[in-house]
Amino acid sequence: MSDAYAISLEHIYKSFGSVEVLKDVNFHLVKGTVHALVGGNGAGKSTLMKILTGVYTCDSGKIVVDGNEVKIRNTKDAQKNGIKMIFQELSLSPTMTVMENIFLANESVKGIALNKKEMYRRTAELFEELHIHVKPTDKVKDLDVGVQQLVEIAKALSVEAKVLIMDEPTASLTEKETNTLFRIIEQLKEKGVSIVYISHRMKEIFRVCDKITVLKDGEIVQERNKEDFTLDSLIEVMLGGSVEKQMKYIPRKEPIGDEKILTVKNLKVGNRVDGVSFELRKGEILGLAGLMGSGRTETLEALFGLRKKEEGTEIQMDGRSVKLHTVSQAIQSGFALIPEDRRRQGLVLEHTLKENVVLPNFKSVMKGIRIDRNKVRAMTEEAIETLAIKTGSVEAGMLSLSGGNQQKAVIAKWLNTNPKILLMDEPTAGVDVMAKAEIIDIVRKYVAKGNSVIFVSSELSEMMAICDRILVYHAGKIKQEFEREKIESEEQLEYAIQH
Amino acid sequence: MQSNTKGRKKIDINDYMVYIIFVVVLTIFAVWLGGTFFSMSNILNITRQAGATAVMAVGMVFVIGLGHIDLSIGSVVALSAMIIAMILRTTNNIILALAAGLALGAVVGAFNGFAVVKLKMPAFLVTLGVSSVIRGIAMWTTNTKAVPIVNKTFNHWFGAGDVGVVPVLFLWTILALALGYFVLEWTPFGKRTMATGGNYMASKYSGVKVELITFQVFIIMGVISALAGALYAGRMQTARWSYGDGVEMDVIAAVVLGGTSMAGGNGSIVGAVVGALLINMINNGLVIGGFNTAQQIIMKGIIIILAVALGSVKTKKRA
Repeated sequence: MSDAYAISLEHIYKSFGSVEVLKDVNFHLVKGTVHALVGGNGAGKSTLMKILTGVYTCDSGKIVVDGNEVKIRNTKDAQKNGIKMIFQELSLSPTMTVMENIFLANESVKGIALNKKEMYRRTAELFEELHIHVKPTDKVKDLDVGVQQLVEIAKALSVEAKVLIMDEPTASLTEKETNTLFRIIEQLKEKGVSIVYISHRMKEIFRVCDKITVLKDGEIVQERNKEDFTLDSLIEVMLGGSVEKQMKYIPRKEPIGDEKILTVKNLKVGNRVDGVSFELRKGEILGLAGLMGSGRTETLEALFGLRKKEEGTEIQMDGRSVKLHTVSQAIQSGFALIPEDRRRQGLVLEHTLKENVVLPNFKSVMKGIRIDRNKVRAMTEEAIETLAIKTGSVEAGMLSLSGGNQQKAVIAKWLNTNPKILLMDEPTAGVDVMAKAEIIDIVRKYVAKGNSVIFVSSELSEMMAICDRILVYHAGKIKQEFEREKIESEEQLEYAIQH
Repeated sequence: MQSNTKGRKKIDINDYMVYIIFVVVLTIFAVWLGGTFFSMSNILNITRQAGATAVMAVGMVFVIGLGHIDLSIGSVVALSAMIIAMILRTTNNIILALAAGLALGAVVGAFNGFAVVKLKMPAFLVTLGVSSVIRGIAMWTTNTKAVPIVNKTFNHWFGAGDVGVVPVLFLWTILALALGYFVLEWTPFGKRTMATGGNYMASKYSGVKVELITFQVFIIMGVISALAGALYAGRMQTARWSYGDGVEMDVIAAVVLGGTSMAGGNGSIVGAVVGALLINMINNGLVIGGFNTAQQIIMKGIIIILAVALGSVKTKKRA
């Protein structure tokens, strides 16, 4: 019977210090199937997969591969057993070319020299098969994030793997790229490859997975075939409570006034944003929808002084022309940006929570010429309190926080600068459903004070939940504008984005 | 799919900066100093002076490409030269002398690598400390006395000799260039080194033995520095404890001028060798131009800063 399983994890326990992260976890992956692993951040999914890939070792328990018990002490052991992981964080070397990355540590050689021709040919073939349009000699750092992610997947496939673990593989993919990925998954299944699929996107899980296992607080709460779940029942099992309410659109009690806080005329940014004009009212949440690379991120970055605006762009705040050439000008004008990549752009991961929160706010914690530690502590404690950041102390290292709590720390750091306009770029990416709802709640409270938000997201459900108005971007231009009340369904918005 | 590459220029002027500066400096010296500078004999002389720096620059491309630094190379030059000279004096056996010198380099490199990999010490501080220790030992060996080398074969093949009109030291440079280029661009080792410098964790997770690679690169750097010590000794037909004092700065400057990023992840062998030639050309030109030593080092510093500044002027913002 055990032969039907590509992998069995039996009675796995794992603790970090005194914290028990996994408790008696049993997980069976049937050969040639896609098995979803879901659960909030901190549920133990990543830890379980890291045990399987040899990044961590379990305290006790058994790992059975193909019916044989094996020891996986390091990543090499995992590879020997045909287990391969595609990481959520990009694991490519940015300064190297695509083909060098694909063949890293697995180079094709002729004598003692690299066989570049062969590597080029095989890379080109692999991409051809996967319908990814990249030159093998392109440097990874010159590629868009979504394409980098596909390269990452291709890299995992270049080695014959029996078991493939995908951690949020679609997080930075466009709809088209996602379809490409799902087609690849089908091909892999036919070849008998078994896949563990970790994602926060429930719709995708129902689309590609055969079986779903729900982890919660380090324990398996349910494991069933996909058919036995509905979206609602799955979310219910995952949360054990209901956050449905926050994810629903709540019409404004008081209508937003006509007072314009920001007017953007003919914004041009390189070849990415091509003459975009819009207005933002006081107290309004304006959504920017569109595919990746359509110019949404670049719009935010240009407003925040990170990107150069071309001749002819005009930006007014409260009716007065403003220059936003640098980040400090933007901050002084009342902008704050919650960036797309919190690990790289949002936080100093090596530092503590306190140090991160205070970084743009030194002015308000000074006492004469020195930093007042009590003020720093007070500011951080207030942030923990108001944003419900789950952490042991203000001194907690950023790395010890889950993704959702890290994101709240980024928001805390910027809310303390008292911005008038908050620019948010994919603020809920890689964040569990509960934290997502909390972040949305924070945004609602923030605009209730008369502030404004420009909200970029690829999750239409959350845009539908909080935006008052949505602009649909396409190839650097605004294609369509929707008042929230006029949108009847997510599908209508999706249609506008896709066509 | 939309555009695959970000709107960036494919050809980066920085990659060619060292060649441009090289030509500009060469032209300035040639116009200013005429035949005394721009003659065959002087140009060959520059290649002789640059030999040891260029050879070490090739090794340093790997160290810096890996995201580390090695400040102990200058001291290894000195102690290796002393050991080689002393063994030649007592045994007159070139192979034995050379083997002992290179072994010293390997031991120092292995220690540096061990401290960085296993003790997790920063390379900057480890190699700075090691540099002082090794320099001290070099002084101690003969109580600061110089050791002359009378072995003609050694002096010919490791320094003063020519093959036809080509100085032996230039042949060493070409050999280092060719080998370094091959290893960096055409072997798994080179690619893995740069991948590790570009993204340590990613390389580790890809199955690269990142610790072993770091260890190996430091050993290679040590051995190359010891070889450079032999080249110093051969050219001067003497060994002195003071050889290579400050040469680590010339080597690092040559590598960075040549387009290798201090952050690691990329590197250019050809650029580093041209950088080494450039720095020695500046020295040479300033001597011929009649500057005294004080003025020379001031000028050299200014020229290096200017050159690196030119190289790092990048488009400030992403377009």
